[in-house]
Amino acid sequence: MKRLNRRAAAAVGSAVMLVLVLAVYIGGAMIPDAALQADFSRRGLAPSAAHLFGTDFLGRDMFARTVKGLSLSLAVGAAASGMSAVIALVIGVAAAMGRNAVDHAANWFVDLFMSVPHTVLIILISIALARGAAGMMVGVALTHWTGLARVIRGEVLQIRAQQYITASRGFGKGPLWIARRHILPHVAPQFLIGLVLLFPHAIMHESGLTFLGFGLPPEQPAIGIILSESMKYISSGMVWLAVFPGLSLAALVLLIDRLGNTARRLFEPREAQL
Amino acid sequence: MRIEARNIVFGYTKGKKVLDGVSLAIEAGARAALVGPSGCGKSTLSQILAGALKPESGEVLFAGKPLPGRGFCPVQLIRQHPEKAVNPRWKLGRTLAEAWSPDDGFLAAMGIEKAWLDRYPAELSGGELQRFCIARALAPETRFIIADEMSTMLDVITQAQLWELLLRAASSRGLGILAVTHSERLAAHVSTRVIDFGALG
Repeated sequence: MKRLNRRAAAAVGSAVMLVLVLAVYIGGAMIPDAALQADFSRRGLAPSAAHLFGTDFLGRDMFARTVKGLSLSLAVGAAASGMSAVIALVIGVAAAMGRNAVDHAANWFVDLFMSVPHTVLIILISIALARGAAGMMVGVALTHWTGLARVIRGEVLQIRAQQYITASRGFGKGPLWIARRHILPHVAPQFLIGLVLLFPHAIMHESGLTFLGFGLPPEQPAIGIILSESMKYISSGMVWLAVFPGLSLAALVLLIDRLGNTARRLFEPREAQL
Repeated sequence: MRIEARNIVFGYTKGKKVLDGVSLAIEAGARAALVGPSGCGKSTLSQILAGALKPESGEVLFAGKPLPGRGFCPVQLIRQHPEKAVNPRWKLGRTLAEAWSPDDGFLAAMGIEKAWLDRYPAELSGGELQRFCIARALAPETRFIIADEMSTMLDVITQAQLWELLLRAASSRGLGILAVTHSERLAAHVSTRVIDFGALG
């Protein structure tokens, strides 16, 4: 086989990773409720060919629950990182394009949000919004836009000073035209990569918060719920209840992080040194 | 149309003036050259004359009125580095169309090959790119052209070709030209009036 160059390898790698992530999401959505039902005839079984991740104290199949939980995490994570990235784009562009006062206000907000430990802030926002999935998504979204907003602000400031922007103004183009044709296409790769890299954060926070009891409600098969339930049974030797879902979550998060970094090399070959 | 700068004051940092009370006027259709050593403020003045920079005080009048705040600026600036003056993500056809849509005859007269329209800036040489910047500045609305060291980084033959193109287009349409340069020989060659930057204010 001909050796792929690094760019082609990165493209193939991204595609494979994307397919894996989608497979987890679609797989989880396709799992029938029956597979998640309690069945007391098979309580507490260790992992086997029939039950890859074993069964829990109610006889539920842990593999089905884990995939379902990851799928749920992906949905929540996508919504939270999407919201977060949009906030970052709006505030970053406004800071760079607006008057000095707008820039100062935006930077002040960035510093403010960065100075509060965000787990605490997410819990507070989540409680204020009556908990549940919505509260947590907003909580994650409101605490994670700061880094990306700074990156976008910097990018826009840099491109705004380019001679071809001044020239464009001389040809009678207005600020909106310039923003849409010149500036947005320039920040689009940063925006997309920032969005993908926010994703694993969002998932970790969702699971962490749910584990602590501030996130998704207990009837949802979220990974956080699975892990916190498993704590009671680890001492009785049912380690598979925690180990496999925990490792799956770690694997998924690493996968998405890797996907984001590989995609960055594709979009910004010079910056990422591919 | 006459272009006039009155008492222009400008500085990039507070308390440090690059231009302090500079005034100058060039008559309609004239070919003038502005000469001064590197770093004296020629480019800054060029940008102010073309409306690309706002002076701290003083005003630029074109045909007796301030430059329009919006819309096509009748005073167009051709810059020293064409690769910075075009969007690197755009094909040159799009870059040209941003200013106006010239016909094939005009492109041929400017020495622009049709195949170049479909290329990115990184795929053309500096001289080829500068042809696009000149062509783009020669839009129908343009009345006055400021050429700020537009040929400085090019070889002698290309310099001569570009100036030839610009001067021919300008004289056929009655455009005024201000050639900004540190080369007194170039200034004498392309203009009928040489202005010494040091004597301006």
